[in-house]
Amino acid sequence: MVLTNEQQAILNGEKGETLAKVMETVVRYGELFGAEKLVPVTSKYNHLVTSFGLKMMTPVFDLMQQLIDAGVVSEQKFSADPRPLDPNVPQNLLQKIVFNVAMYSKQDFYEGQLQTLGLMDKNAFTCACYLDQVANKPQKGEVLSWAESSAVVYANSVLGARCNRNSGIIDIMGSIVGYVPYFGLLTDEGRKATWVVEIKTTKKPEAQLLGSAIGMKVMEDVPYIKGLDAWLGDELNDAACSYLKDFGAATASNGAVGLYHVDNLTPEAKELGESLIAEGAKTYVIDDAELQRIYDSYPVIWKNKDAKPKLCFMGCPHMSLEQLKSWTVRLEDSLEAAGNKKVVIPTVFTSAPAVIEEFNKTEYAARLKATGVILSYICPLMYMNNPLSKSMPVITSSNKLRTYTTARYYTDEEILEKITKGVK
Amino acid sequence: MKVFKGRIVAPGNVTAEAVVSHAGLNTLASFQGALQFGDKKATCGDQNNPDLYNKQMAGKALCLPQTIGSTTGGLVLYCACAMGRQPAAMLFSMPIDSLAGAGVVIADVWLNDEKAKMVVVDSLGEEFLNYVKDGMSLTVKEDGTVEVN
Repeated sequence: MVLTNEQQAILNGEKGETLAKVMETVVRYGELFGAEKLVPVTSKYNHLVTSFGLKMMTPVFDLMQQLIDAGVVSEQKFSADPRPLDPNVPQNLLQKIVFNVAMYSKQDFYEGQLQTLGLMDKNAFTCACYLDQVANKPQKGEVLSWAESSAVVYANSVLGARCNRNSGIIDIMGSIVGYVPYFGLLTDEGRKATWVVEIKTTKKPEAQLLGSAIGMKVMEDVPYIKGLDAWLGDELNDAACSYLKDFGAATASNGAVGLYHVDNLTPEAKELGESLIAEGAKTYVIDDAELQRIYDSYPVIWKNKDAKPKLCFMGCPHMSLEQLKSWTVRLEDSLEAAGNKKVVIPTVFTSAPAVIEEFNKTEYAARLKATGVILSYICPLMYMNNPLSKSMPVITSSNKLRTYTTARYYTDEEILEKITKGVK
Repeated sequence: MKVFKGRIVAPGNVTAEAVVSHAGLNTLASFQGALQFGDKKATCGDQNNPDLYNKQMAGKALCLPQTIGSTTGGLVLYCACAMGRQPAAMLFSMPIDSLAGAGVVIADVWLNDEKAKMVVVDSLGEEFLNYVKDGMSLTVKEDGTVEVN
C-alpha cells in the first residue's frame, strides 16, 4: 500500500505508539484485501456496532481503554448500536439478576468509555442510525468507517454512501486515523452486481423473507434486483425505505450482503441502470414457491414446538416512525376485528430513542399504548442471547433475530394475527 | 495424504483435527456460547449451520468458505483469541472476508500472547472444502500448505 507522508509518519510512531498500532491495524486490514491506498473518511458521523457492556467482552473494553489512556480518540462523533437493557421489557426476577449482574454488569462502564471516545449523544443508541430523527444519515458518495451489517447495507444501497462491511473495532480505528482502505464496496468495480435477481411473485414479497432468500443465495456478492419496483414504486418514500431497511438487514444477516441495487429505485440503479451488472452475472429467480421453500427451511428450535409464545419482538432492526404509525393502525383494526382490546401475547416494539421521542409527540403514541404494546429502545438480539431467554418461546418477524437467536420467525401478517387474536 | 496450497493470512505451523462448515460461518451465532457463557470448547451455537451446530471449534482446524452475518464478527474472533477459545487454525476455501480478516489482524496487532495464536490460510479452493471431512488430521505449514491426512 502506498501511504502519504502524513499516514507513513503516523505508522512510524511519530504521533505515539498507540496511534501507530491503530494505523497498522487499518493498513494491514486493507492490505489483506489488496487495497493500494487509504482514502479519507468523509461522513459527518461514524457508527459503531458495539454497544453492549457484556462482561465477557473484557478484551474489547481493555482495548478501548488503551485508546482512551493514550488520548487516541476520533474527531468524528458516532452513534452506536442499541442498548441491551431496558427495564420496561418483560423480564422475570431471575432474568433481571442475570441481565444486570451476570451479563451486562459492565454496561455503565462501557457507556462511559463510549462517551469519552465520542458518542454523539448520550442516547445515540440504535442500529438504525440513518433514520431522520437520529440524524446520522450520510450523503450519496460519502465514505464511511461504519460497522453494523444492517446499517452498512442501508447506507450503501439506499443512501448511496460507500462503506465496506467493517467489523467492530475496525469501525472506530478507521474513524480515529480518519482514513479507510480503498477496496471492495468503496470502488466502482466492487459495487457492480454479480447476481441478477428476478422477482416473479404474485404479491408483494415479505421484506424479511425476500432478504433472507437473497442473502443465503448470493452470500457477500452484490445483487441487482429486478421486478421489486413493481411492488415498491420508483420513489424512496418512507414506506419503501422501511421495507428496504428490513429487507437489507435480512440479506446482511442471513448472508453477508453489503450492497444491493433495486432496479429503478435505489440511487445508483436509477443513475446507472443495468450498466451496474457485471459481465457473467448469475441469475436467481424468486417466485412464490421459492419464498415458501425458504420459509419452510427455517428450523424451529423451541423445545416444545407447539408452545404458546410468551413474547413477541418487532423491530430488529429498529422500527421507523412510519412503521410505528402504520403498525398502530394495523393493530387497532385487527384487535377490533377480533373483539380484543389489547394484544394477547406480550409484545415489544423497538425503535431508536430519538424516534420514540418523536413518536411520543404524535397522537399514535397513546393509541399504541392502548393496544398493550410496549415501546422500547432495547436490542432484542441482546435480550435473547442468554440461556434464560433462549428457552423462552419468542416470536418475531425479524429474520435477523431468527438467525442469531431461538426466536421463531413469522410473516408480519402472521404476527399480527397471533398477537391480536391468539395462537391457533 | 493430499496437499492444498493457499495464501497465508496469519502464518504458523499447527496440526489439528478438522471440523468443516460448507456454509458460511456466522461468527456471532457460532461463538456466542464461548464468549457469553464460558464455554471453553467454543461449541458452535448456530442453529442454521447443521455442519457445525453443537460441535467444538476451539483447538480445531476450522474449514470454511467464508464468514457471514453480524459485523461484530471480527471482534468476536478477537475476543475468542484473547480468551484462548479460538480454533487452532481457520482454513478458508475462498478469499477471507472483511469481518474475519479484521478479527485476525486486530488479534495479531493488539494481542501479544502465544495462547491467542491462530493460524489462518485462505484461498484454498473449492476442492479443499469438498475433500476435507470432520475428524481428518490437518497439518498447516508456514508457507500456506495444508496437508490432509
